[in-house]
Amino acid sequence: MSAKTITITSGKGGVGKTTATANLGVALALAGKRVVTIDADIGLRNLDVVMGLENRIVYDLVDVVEGQCRLRQAMIRDKRLSELYLIPAAQTRDKTAVSPQDMIRVCDQLRPDFDYILVDSPAGIERGFQNAVAPADEILIVTTPEVSAVRDADRIIGLIEAEGKDTPQLIINRFKPDMVRRGDMLGTSDVIEVLAIQLVGIVPEDEAIIISTNKGVPAALDDKALAGQAFRNIARRIMGEEVPFMSLRDTSGIFNRLVNLIKQ
Amino acid sequence: MVSIKGRQDGLLVVLDEEQDWAAQIAELEAQLEIQKAFFAGARLTLQVGGRPLVMSDIQDLQARLAQRDITLETVVSDSEATLAAARHLNLATDMASHQPPAKAAADLQEPPVVSEEGSWFIHCTLRSGQKIHHLSHVTVIGDVNPGAEIIAGGDVVVWGRLQGLVHAGAMGDDSAVVCALDLSPTQLRIGSYIARSPEEKRRRKVRPEMASVSEGRIVAEPWDDKKRGKK
Repeated sequence: MSAKTITITSGKGGVGKTTATANLGVALALAGKRVVTIDADIGLRNLDVVMGLENRIVYDLVDVVEGQCRLRQAMIRDKRLSELYLIPAAQTRDKTAVSPQDMIRVCDQLRPDFDYILVDSPAGIERGFQNAVAPADEILIVTTPEVSAVRDADRIIGLIEAEGKDTPQLIINRFKPDMVRRGDMLGTSDVIEVLAIQLVGIVPEDEAIIISTNKGVPAALDDKALAGQAFRNIARRIMGEEVPFMSLRDTSGIFNRLVNLIKQ
Repeated sequence: MVSIKGRQDGLLVVLDEEQDWAAQIAELEAQLEIQKAFFAGARLTLQVGGRPLVMSDIQDLQARLAQRDITLETVVSDSEATLAAARHLNLATDMASHQPPAKAAADLQEPPVVSEEGSWFIHCTLRSGQKIHHLSHVTVIGDVNPGAEIIAGGDVVVWGRLQGLVHAGAMGDDSAVVCALDLSPTQLRIGSYIARSPEEKRRRKVRPEMASVSEGRIVAEPWDDKKRGKK
């Protein structure tokens, strides 16, 4: 048994890489998979906060790399899901404390015991990004439907292709169907047209994400949250299932048609 | 005589081994000066024949080139002294086996090349941050995304959507043309002329267009009209 390493990256900051990592980790673990998430954002760690495991950190990724502790000692078991682990980033160091080779070594060490290794990449295209991408079997690009985020995603895809990795897949995050309908936001097809890569999921803007992030309880655990559902669907697609895309736009379409009918 | 040629992996500069070194460097600089913008960012291979050079000669040239944002990468010579000096400076000395230095991920990846000189044929999408320099014509089968750049001495043809920046006729050729299936560049330059796309996003019908300089400005015409005009 060998785990698949999936790196979540974006180029631009603040588009939801960490949220996506935490939620996909939770969703995959809910589906019975053995999952470990790694926070590669050394110096600015926050995956632990989003997963609600901050107060359990003793050792971190840099300790592992420098041989200060055994790998198992840095792995924090999730408080809700017994098959979900987190390896946190160091808070007091910088990205140069870890090399791409270190990341490959750590992931290779984890592979026999897990189904999925999720690596949360920092923003940017420098060392931290290179560290996060080095061990990846698959790469997920997170973007929001904004021109700046799409531009950065495009740059990142170019860099990943230059590294000789497989073409990454795309998650469009913080999608607002009604803004797209009014023509105030890029639509899915606008984004896909520029990036020309496979779409693996659309996550709607959802207040539940902000609430869950603050609480440290990923939204994927919440049956009622729309965004949680979206992440669970992405997890199923990652596991190879065919899951139809949530009808985010269709609802508005039907609503529109009703309004039009009434107007007539 | 100083000759500058475009190669698949950058510029090739051939210097005469007999003539005065300082005079040749001055001539090279003069030639580079004429098309400053075009050469900026280029990587350069220097061929000096049997001329023996010492480290300070090469360092001096490196500094002069660096001022123009040109990187000296390879020195080719029949002189052992020159090769030794180049190796001391961590420069490549073998053109055939020359590989670009282990790239930082941020470096642009050079797309595959078919011809060494003449037209450059690129069969992939150029993404944001990728930059193409070529002395002659460039053809892209794929899109040129916003943030990507093509600087060509000749014409540029994009069989796809052109949304990035293109400079055709970058060595000062105002008769160069730019064609694209969807011509919506961020900025278009032909020779010494610059044009940018209209600010407002009009949702026009997408059709192939060709841009050229006409009556002192860059004009884009639908390909159909162009053909009809020629009949």
